[in-house]
Amino acid sequence: MGVPNWFESPDAVTRALASAGYLADTTTATTVFLAGALQRPILVEGPAGVGKTELAKAVASATDAELVRLQCYEGLDESRALYEWNYRKQLLRIQASVASDPGGSAWEQTHDDIFTDEFLLTRPLLTAIRREDPTVLLIDEADKTDIEVEALLLEVLAEFQVTIPELGTVRATRRPFVLITSNATRELSEALKRRCLYLYLDYPSAERERDIVLSRVPGIRQELGEELVRTAATLRTLELKKSPSVAETIDWAQTLLALGIDQLDEAATRATLGVVLKHASDHARAAKELGLPASE
Amino acid sequence: MSDLFEHHIAFVGALREAGLTVSIAEGLDAAEAITTVHLLDREQLRAAYAATLMKRQMHRATFDSLFDLYFPAVGAAAPSRQNETVRAAPAPWEVDDPERLAIREALREYLLTGDDQLAQQLARDAMAGFGAVPGTGSGGRNGPSWSPMTVLDRVSPRTLMASVLEQFLRGQDQGGLAEQTARTTIESRLRRFEDLVDADARRRLAEQSNLEDVARTGIRPSLDNVSFLNASRPELAALRREIQPLARRLAARLAIQQRRGRRGPLDFRHTIRASLQTGGVPMQTVHRPKRPVKTDLVIICDISESVTSFAHFTLSLVYALREQFSRVRAFAFVDELDEITRFFAPGSDVVESVTRLVTEANVTWLMGRTDYGRAFELFERRYPDAIGRRTSLLILGDARSNYGNVGIPNLERMVAKARHAYWLNPERRQIWDTGDSEASKVGKVIEMIECRNLAQLSEFVKSLA
Repeated sequence: MGVPNWFESPDAVTRALASAGYLADTTTATTVFLAGALQRPILVEGPAGVGKTELAKAVASATDAELVRLQCYEGLDESRALYEWNYRKQLLRIQASVASDPGGSAWEQTHDDIFTDEFLLTRPLLTAIRREDPTVLLIDEADKTDIEVEALLLEVLAEFQVTIPELGTVRATRRPFVLITSNATRELSEALKRRCLYLYLDYPSAERERDIVLSRVPGIRQELGEELVRTAATLRTLELKKSPSVAETIDWAQTLLALGIDQLDEAATRATLGVVLKHASDHARAAKELGLPASE
Repeated sequence: MSDLFEHHIAFVGALREAGLTVSIAEGLDAAEAITTVHLLDREQLRAAYAATLMKRQMHRATFDSLFDLYFPAVGAAAPSRQNETVRAAPAPWEVDDPERLAIREALREYLLTGDDQLAQQLARDAMAGFGAVPGTGSGGRNGPSWSPMTVLDRVSPRTLMASVLEQFLRGQDQGGLAEQTARTTIESRLRRFEDLVDADARRRLAEQSNLEDVARTGIRPSLDNVSFLNASRPELAALRREIQPLARRLAARLAIQQRRGRRGPLDFRHTIRASLQTGGVPMQTVHRPKRPVKTDLVIICDISESVTSFAHFTLSLVYALREQFSRVRAFAFVDELDEITRFFAPGSDVVESVTRLVTEANVTWLMGRTDYGRAFELFERRYPDAIGRRTSLLILGDARSNYGNVGIPNLERMVAKARHAYWLNPERRQIWDTGDSEASKVGKVIEMIECRNLAQLSEFVKSLA
């Protein structure tokens, strides 16, 4: 198995991601590079809305790879994550063969037939392993799953192979680039963490966030962008229930642009605060701390 | 190369010593990782180590300070620049010291522009000019000892705030949004400067003495192990920010636990519906969820000066987790008892509530010194029906009643009425029973649990709900 060369160097990662519209800092770029070089999954943690899922999409588009996504949720099981036999189709097949040959001598034949690729429903994990072209596998919100699925992930991510009793072992011909995201609603197991590279995406620095806003919302004036980012940073220091994320800063910029507001003064902030803060108590707190006029 | 290897091993060892769990496999990963990056690019090296060795954001600060120790910045690595003149720090009243004025002027420039290069250089200069504390040095070795406190005290960067703020606003109206955002920006730059000064002191100490010694003594514990009672101010702020995410984590885990392993009565309609998939044969039964049993919580907390921060954290955490309990009633006392449930109305801001309760709750009577005996007596008299069969009773305090009565008989009756009763003590177990602490006397009546830091607190709250 030839080792696919994902990236040349951390600097190459920065350039490639930038061309895909994702501005990465040194830490992110180096970690992505290492994931390619060491063939390890990356575990990405951080507050909601700082661009964890976006990173996977950017890696995929920067390397011309296909993105295979496994969205995790509570109660996700093997048949949704890995593979499942299409038993309805199998039943039909059996009934058809019985109908055509009432004697029943064809059972041997049918038995072999119904456990073939035709009746296999591949789910994201198996799909990613079987693909022969470059693949980025995104396992989103892994903290929402149960412990059992984590064990399954361990097995799949360690060997990149899946054993299907009726078909034999499927081995990856080309290892996918794996990103696991987590919002840390629960601590992932030590075993999984040990096998992953760890990347914590925090709120970006003011300069980087400004660049992100300017590149995502092209129509916005530079000064307004700066003002916006500084205000968002101030809001983040306020011990809110939910701090504004980068995604929300971008939404905010778009809102201001759509409304034709050119100056982020008290009245404008008050009127559009709902875009960035989503709790009533957060509104009250922000209004008090920032000295905004009371809502009408 | 083998030098680097030795250094790598020492670094991994230091991380382990500081409480990060670094497995052998991870150490190997790190060794492999650093061969693939530019060793001369310090930030790449840092990222490579962080990705492979540090798997928990809580450990970030510890990791960074150790990395700075073991892999100092190249500019600063040449043992204290050639032309650098280290001198004994001038006396505090010499405010017109020319070097002090020069540094402050440059610092003002940094606060306005946010030029990180300048800040690093300034931190070094400030340390050379003001940080040298004559005397034994660390471990009696050569050279002076270095104190970031002295630097910040003499240079006093925070006194620049007002004038920088004015320059920053330049004509814009004060007091409003513009001022607030400018303040935050300057504040974060000031903090960055203070961190740099701190790091520079560690670097200088490490140059003079043994790396391992500094690593062992000069590194603060990671946030979840910081004791509530002697946390520094920035640590307290960081801890407060940690409360909400922690509550969310705990709530999610509790919800999962409650859902699992609880099967209510058979849901006939859903079972039949599901059986259609398998040709009318019910392969799997579907059950209704069972009603969760939620506990009733009564908290009585000592909010006297010595333990007040601990009470705040526990109250914030419990109230952030309010949905997990059927009812929460809270009482606070020093030598007078007051019900404080009213401050935590649903939807209110927990941080706000805690600050309000400090100023508004009626908790002092005559002396304003903790009196457990009186508090428990008042509780029994005024709220006789607060504790019922389904109640978990939680008492927060250090069991130090200023050599007064602890009210053991009252406490015994309260514990007997409750379903569970716990006493959380924010002090180290080793100093229980010293001085006026009545820990073991109380411990005979009620289970006493050491709860010094966020890790222990979250562990306890998890077991409670």
